[in-house]
Amino acid sequence: MTEGSLPDPVDRPARESGYADRLPAHVGETIVTVEGVHKYFGDHEVLRGIDLEVRQREAVMIIGRSGSGKTTLLRCINFLEEPTVGAVEIDGVRVEADPLHARDRAHQERIRQIRLRAGMLFQEFNLFPHMTALANCVEAPMQVLRTPRAEAAQRAEYYLELVGLIDKSGEYPSRLSGGQKQRVAIARALCMEPKVLLFDEPTSALDPELIGEVLRVMEDLAHGGTTMIVVTHEMHFAREAADRVVFMEDGQVVEQGPPEQILDAPREDSTRRFLRRFLEP
Amino acid sequence: MVAIGDTQPDQVVLDIERAQAGHRRRARLVFVGVWVAILAAIVAAFASTGNTDVEWIAEWAPFILGGTGITVLVCVLSIVLAVFLAIFGALGRVSTNPVAFAVSSFYVSLVRGTPLLVQIYIIYFALPTISPVLILDAIPAGILALGFNYGAYLTEIFRAGIQAVPRGQLEAARALGMPERKVFRRIILPQAIRVVTPAIGNEFIVMIKDSALVSIIGVQELLWRAETSGRPALNILEAFFIAAIVYWVLTIIFSFFQGRLENRMARGDR
Repeated sequence: MTEGSLPDPVDRPARESGYADRLPAHVGETIVTVEGVHKYFGDHEVLRGIDLEVRQREAVMIIGRSGSGKTTLLRCINFLEEPTVGAVEIDGVRVEADPLHARDRAHQERIRQIRLRAGMLFQEFNLFPHMTALANCVEAPMQVLRTPRAEAAQRAEYYLELVGLIDKSGEYPSRLSGGQKQRVAIARALCMEPKVLLFDEPTSALDPELIGEVLRVMEDLAHGGTTMIVVTHEMHFAREAADRVVFMEDGQVVEQGPPEQILDAPREDSTRRFLRRFLEP
Repeated sequence: MVAIGDTQPDQVVLDIERAQAGHRRRARLVFVGVWVAILAAIVAAFASTGNTDVEWIAEWAPFILGGTGITVLVCVLSIVLAVFLAIFGALGRVSTNPVAFAVSSFYVSLVRGTPLLVQIYIIYFALPTISPVLILDAIPAGILALGFNYGAYLTEIFRAGIQAVPRGQLEAARALGMPERKVFRRIILPQAIRVVTPAIGNEFIVMIKDSALVSIIGVQELLWRAETSGRPALNILEAFFIAAIVYWVLTIIFSFFQGRLENRMARGDR
């Protein structure tokens, strides 16, 4: 939509941080842009000016202490939280934060356009408990995109197969394990064919033995070229699957770069302090 | 003295189970015995007065019992109307739209602040004085009054049900790009209805008894029939006792289904 009016990607902050020089070969054009996002809860400033760019087929992992603002940042990207200041653009749809008019119809509609382009995965899965796995997957395509039932079901089966749960398509969420629920949630998000997937600590609510199956699906997606932004505490996973790791502290991006640089040779003291807790338990 | 290790553990468990089963059986027997005793005492008391007109009962009981169908019909239609009103009422009560919130709050306040009997009088007797268009037959008027009244109480129950749906459901639906109207209709409402279904059953049982009030506008249900048949013949005691027993049996029957419904809900799909 406004693709042409955007500044050239090389002028973006990613370049300033020195990151753009080492872009992996498989990444494409910029698809998600976060510009100068600030978020206040009351008078507490949770995000203090975030600029972030994500390119097509890029897997970006956001790490940092709890309370550093990483979940809030993710929720600001699809406006589950309205940023106080700033703008988000996904695939040409740009929404300026407008907290005073957050409920205006036109603003809500633009936000909905953003959400159609960004699938979200939650810590608590949030599958619809009154629908089977398959019904969870076809609900939004049929209700929102007006996809015919047969086509929606076909696509749902494809993605359920992809996450390895085609045999559970008739089950209600209460009969699924946590890991299976999260995989169905991933299939549900993929059924909307979004431009980017947002993962909000997708394995934090899982028993340790169930984390692996979810991370494996995510890793396959990342290697398969799905654009994703992942808030995670799984450092090993970040190392395997990330194209870029972003370290946040106190509502700011402290540093970002390829996983081996951020996780093995961080430049900033605060990154080093944070990682020490994970690497030397 | 016998050490614990000397007895078979399986035997101990069996003994305990047998003893507990015996306790339960005795408790149930006592329960039934007490009920039968009280009922027998009441029947004996009436019989001893020599006032009980068995012939009259044989003749008029079928007429009174015939009101059961009207009572149940009025209640079923009223609860359907009440649920319908409550969905919109609750939507208003959780709405951020100030007009919707004000309208449904007014409804709840007005209905809960006035007696059901007064509401029945107003709908059947008072409104037609404003315009003949508002003249209603007794049964529709009774259903309207009961439905309108219970709709207000159910509004508050539905509001609680809507608020009981976890916030994550709302967020997941929004994140999928669903418009607010669909989020409510497809995701929130079905889950809220599940939560409040046992409560609706409860209200229905209470309504069976409140429905006796519509006898005063001439709906030919249980109480009306008891009064109409019993008063002129001076068989008041028999007539009202038959009506009371039917109400009681109805509530016992519906409570039984209500209990099963609650169990089903507790197992649920969640």
